[in-house]
Amino acid sequence: MSSVLDALATVPAGTDVAAGRLSPDQYAKNFADMHDPLSRHEAVVESDRCYFCYDAPCQKACPTSIDIPLFIRKIGTGNVDGAAETIFSANILGGMCARVCPTETLCEEACVRNTAEDQPVRIGLLQRYATDHYMDGHDSYGTRKAPTGKRVAVVGAGPAGLAAAHALAVEGHDVTLFEARPKAGGLNEHGIAAYKAVDDFAQAEVDFVLSIGGITLEAGKALGRDVRLADLRRDHDAVFLGLGLQAVNALGLEGEGMLGVEDAVSWIETLRQAPDKAMVPVGRRVVVIGGGMTAVDAAVQAKKLGAEDVTMVYRRGQAQMNASAYEQEVAQVNGVKIVTFAAPAALHGANGVVTGVEFERTRDGLSGRLEGTGERFVLAADQVMKAIGQVFVPGPVAGETAEAVALEKGRIVVDAEGRTSLPKVWAGGDCVLGGEDLTVQAVEHGKIAARSIHAALMG
Amino acid sequence: MADLRTDFIGIKSPNPFWLASAPPTDKKYNVERAFKAGWGGVVWKTLGEDPEIVNVNGPRYGAVHSNDRRLIALNNIELITDRPLEVNLREIAEVKKAFPDRAMVVSLMVPCEERNWTTIVKRVEETGCDGIELNFGCPHGMSERGMGSSVGQVPEYIEMVTRWCKAASRMPVIVKLTPNITDIRYPARAAKAGGADAVSLINTVSSIMSVDLDLFAPTPTIDGKGSHGGMCGPAVRPMALNMVAEIARDPATAGLPISGIGGITTWKDAAEFIALGAGNVQVCTAAMTYGFKIVEEMIDGLSAYMDGKGFRTIEDFRGRAVPNVTDWQYLNLNYVTKARIDQDLCIKCGRCHIACEDTSHQAITHLVDGQRHFEVIDEECVGCNLCVNVCPVDNCITMVELTEGVDPRTGRPIHREYANWTTHPNNPAAVNKVAAE
Repeated sequence: MSSVLDALATVPAGTDVAAGRLSPDQYAKNFADMHDPLSRHEAVVESDRCYFCYDAPCQKACPTSIDIPLFIRKIGTGNVDGAAETIFSANILGGMCARVCPTETLCEEACVRNTAEDQPVRIGLLQRYATDHYMDGHDSYGTRKAPTGKRVAVVGAGPAGLAAAHALAVEGHDVTLFEARPKAGGLNEHGIAAYKAVDDFAQAEVDFVLSIGGITLEAGKALGRDVRLADLRRDHDAVFLGLGLQAVNALGLEGEGMLGVEDAVSWIETLRQAPDKAMVPVGRRVVVIGGGMTAVDAAVQAKKLGAEDVTMVYRRGQAQMNASAYEQEVAQVNGVKIVTFAAPAALHGANGVVTGVEFERTRDGLSGRLEGTGERFVLAADQVMKAIGQVFVPGPVAGETAEAVALEKGRIVVDAEGRTSLPKVWAGGDCVLGGEDLTVQAVEHGKIAARSIHAALMG
Repeated sequence: MADLRTDFIGIKSPNPFWLASAPPTDKKYNVERAFKAGWGGVVWKTLGEDPEIVNVNGPRYGAVHSNDRRLIALNNIELITDRPLEVNLREIAEVKKAFPDRAMVVSLMVPCEERNWTTIVKRVEETGCDGIELNFGCPHGMSERGMGSSVGQVPEYIEMVTRWCKAASRMPVIVKLTPNITDIRYPARAAKAGGADAVSLINTVSSIMSVDLDLFAPTPTIDGKGSHGGMCGPAVRPMALNMVAEIARDPATAGLPISGIGGITTWKDAAEFIALGAGNVQVCTAAMTYGFKIVEEMIDGLSAYMDGKGFRTIEDFRGRAVPNVTDWQYLNLNYVTKARIDQDLCIKCGRCHIACEDTSHQAITHLVDGQRHFEVIDEECVGCNLCVNVCPVDNCITMVELTEGVDPRTGRPIHREYANWTTHPNNPAAVNKVAAE
């Protein structure tokens, strides 16, 4: 927590970056739940809209293959805990996924109601209704089988690690869950917008997952710093690496070290961990560079903290943005301006403090490659947030020759079961090649790897 | 503009929409509101003898709902009017006087003795009402006392009481039938034999709407116990339509005027009853669900339908569907249909496939060339219509008649000439056997 407080204290002197821009009421209103949960009546009415499709497209679109028609049908018949069990059996983080999944590009995009009437069944909200109901009445999901005496180290307590740890614990294995940060949860706790998971839901969910028993959380233990992969392999029957991504891409421009130039992921983390949103400094004029979900989360939250002008700038068009059309709409509804086809060309500053970003307009060239047009413009900024992608820092798993896992394109290579090139070591989530930077995808990786680990240990 | 006026057994009303004998017609206040809203007539809630009966003080109604709380069926354990006879008679007279152009029929139920019926009929006649309806239908409460459906279930009683009433009064007599019997034609024939001017049907269906799984008692629950009630509403309409049709096409009762009752909610429901021979319709549940204003939709919708069809009066289409109601044995076995899925309308829910695959004839694909695609396999399709019924999209699946060539399922040529079971080679009782499907 001290690092958070330190981060909060570093308001650049002489800039228009300030905390406490709003009244306490405004903070409370701005960071309230993004969607009101469904009432019982709403949930039952909505459940009735589900056609109970054969070989349901929504289920196929879900990375964790939740049996969506079945859980919705259970809601409709009043068996809400049963609905949640259907969800948790496929996705132990079904509660968070109900909040943060881009359902508009997954299950809800596949819903046949889109064809019928352009309005999908609100699967995300129904899932939240069921999982909230269950978590209100239960401390955990599942029952541990008899202890196997097998020990598994899970490194990283984000969605992949939590899913793997839970599934392994259910099978009766003893799991030690290592987490570099003081708190478990990964990006759910540190990385997503606060208004998507209010009331400390990420921690409530961590508690729910860990309450299965058989999981020892070792928080504040980083791989490479506090524990070594070789030791983990020696002391455990299997190791699962759910390391996530550790750094963000740099702009590659001069002056990135100026005050006011921030990494959006760290800034969101500071915001998420701040005891009070009023303590979080934000610029009067904010420029967010990037077109993904992190860019949207940073831009919208900057606006919600009281920034006057927030502009998201993306080098390609809206259609190519990683942020879904819905996320873009959320940004725009919240007053964020989206500028496309402009690439950062220079950072402007004075006395070590950023004052603006110079962009060059771009276009899709004839060859399909993006090219600059030569036309330039400057956006004045008190704060510049970089959100142009995160990178995996493989040091702790690639540094020691004998204990190195194979990498490709800077990510860990795994097979269909999550096995790395190193015996006894599995991996999943954002750190592996082919990861989609989605909570729900990470959960699936953890689930699949756990199944493979269990088979290997019991084989 | 269609003329909706009806003359039902001499009782005139500005439109065919009457309110059935039920809570909405229990007193002057309600009936006046109904007439102001535009209803063509009412059958006043059933009168009995003093001392007035008592009702339970707990819940009287139970329901079956869809998930969005649409009322699919309602039932009740309310008895006949619980107000003194004198009060009802006075109010009937007052309302009839204030609304002389509306039909005012009074429902009656008294013990099965000639003196009881004669006495009440004479008193009712003094109100100036247009007719009486004999309640031989209510299946709950009063039936335990030898009235209501316990009379309606015995054709001899129906005939007997009807005759007493006809003899005692100048007024037209409508006999209201209970559906809680095996063959509706018998009580209808009895009513006709007793001199009834018309029958009205159906009364409510004996029912337990649900069981409270905490109390382990039927609903509505009165202090831990429940009693069967009478069910009405949209769910009973198909049963009512069938019973109306049975009477309309029975040679013994052909031409006997029918007042159609049973789940009528829209103009279209009413038109269907009329097409099956009903001279007018009676409505209750729809009014109890939405209020009296619904009659505006009914009047306008029926009128627009008639204009579209070129029907000037109700009589122009009344009974038009009756000749087309037949026995199974006369259905054309040479009529061959196949389901057709309109791929532009298909939303790919797959319900047609799974219904056919799991429960019928394995005649609808789910994958074609590896793609999710639902198409009818003519070689397997028996033309059953299940897919049409389970499809959530209107008109996406239709049944198309094969008019030439060979039925891919049977390999037999399509014959266009009519041939039915009575002449089918497989029918052991067939006399002149004719090749057919």
